[in-house]
Amino acid sequence: MSNFSNTFSSTLGKKLIMCLTGLFLCSFLIVHLTGNLSLFKNDEGLAFNQYAHFMTNFTPIKVVSYLLYSSIIIHSVFALFITIQNKKARPVAYAQKSGNGSIWSSRNMGVLGTILLLFIVSHMSSFWYEYHWGETPYVKYETDLNTGKTITTEISASDYIEYVSYVNNGIEITKSKNLYKEVATEFKEWYLVAFYVLAMLAMSFHLVHGFQSAFQTLGWDHSKYKPLINFIGVWVFSILIPIGFAAMPLYFFFK
Amino acid sequence: MNLTLKVWRQKNRKASGKFVTYKTDDVSPDMSFLEMLDVVNEGLVKKQEEPIQFDHDCREGICGSCALMINGQPHGPKKATTTCQLHMRSFNTGDTIVIEPWRSVAFPVVKDLAVDRSSLDRIQHAGGYVSVGTGGVPDANEIAIPKVIADEAFNSATCIQCGACVAACKNASAMLFVSAKVSQYALLPQGQTERYERAQAMVLQMDEEGFGGCTNTYQCEAECPKEIKVTNIARMNREYFNAEFLQDKKAHV
Repeated sequence: MSNFSNTFSSTLGKKLIMCLTGLFLCSFLIVHLTGNLSLFKNDEGLAFNQYAHFMTNFTPIKVVSYLLYSSIIIHSVFALFITIQNKKARPVAYAQKSGNGSIWSSRNMGVLGTILLLFIVSHMSSFWYEYHWGETPYVKYETDLNTGKTITTEISASDYIEYVSYVNNGIEITKSKNLYKEVATEFKEWYLVAFYVLAMLAMSFHLVHGFQSAFQTLGWDHSKYKPLINFIGVWVFSILIPIGFAAMPLYFFFK
Repeated sequence: MNLTLKVWRQKNRKASGKFVTYKTDDVSPDMSFLEMLDVVNEGLVKKQEEPIQFDHDCREGICGSCALMINGQPHGPKKATTTCQLHMRSFNTGDTIVIEPWRSVAFPVVKDLAVDRSSLDRIQHAGGYVSVGTGGVPDANEIAIPKVIADEAFNSATCIQCGACVAACKNASAMLFVSAKVSQYALLPQGQTERYERAQAMVLQMDEEGFGGCTNTYQCEAECPKEIKVTNIARMNREYFNAEFLQDKKAHV
């Protein structure tokens, strides 16, 4: 009866696209938060910079990252299409309309999503773009493997050829781009910190509806698993993860 | 009871409507909402004015004809109640009540508060039926159906096609209605023959009528006078995706 393009142009097919890209973005949040926890390590950014290098150079991760960028774009573009279609479905608005039975988030996913998109653009231009093509400073870590002490020195662009990590005479030397310093500097700006905290609040509200909604769209509403899905949606995705992310700018601001 | 009514008046499909305010002071709390409108209409007729047009039929809460948006809620403030079963005791004297027609591009206003809901009929025609043999009368209980399945199918089948789900949805989506109709057949053995084609055909027709998409706000479930559950929507999604992605439509030769 139909091919894939027909399937995905139906209202149910579009829902499925939103659901799958949304869940993929959710899974990314877990990875992103776990990795970024290294920001809290008191090592002048050694662990974080190593992690940043790994994430941008390991081929499988690179492949997944392109999937991720396209998911962000597809999720946003489809949201726009769906919103336009849904607005068309009711040309004359009600004079009075109750929200009975629904939560505020579910009725304002578009607004919350727009805040998140602005955040992602700003976030990626601050760090992702700067790290790849911008002027990120360079750093050299010399760790004495016997004492465990690390000496950190900033190095100039001429001293940095590429990322290296080797052991020489019992001293581990790592030369890398210093994204950690970039993060620490950026998060001294109060307006940026405020914007990040606001965006995480928006993410919390977006996911309190979005996560469980994705499973409803998939048709996975089995009474055995539904309580677990709701629990994870609320506690992990709209409380724990946003708090974890919001703690990062606040940590550097007050450090 | 003294009431101020703000009623949507619209001459015909093409005319642009507006709210007209009526004051009424001879409303009994024992009247149903429709009887209250009857009283207002009698007054209008006596004054040689055009009465307010609204849909109604059985007035017993089973036909699904009455369809009024009352203070922003389909069928008014009472849970699991159609407009005809809503009584004026649910309101207080001195209240202002805003009465609007269902708003959807697929429900054009015929006049005042009456809308054309034949789009829902066309969705039913697309797949809301089963093929049965017309032979002799079969024995009762010939087909064994587990109780839980029978109950679930019956719950879905209690949909009276009033359109409150569309009216309640912020996207004017008809998915609660369509999913209830898909479910009642998908669950039962008698509905298996057209099971997957049904889901596809009804969803296709729903989209053609211009209904919006579901964003899982679940307002439809809260406002449905027959308490149809959004579980039906999840089931419809399963049926549809199963039909689109997993069912092989050609015999292997």
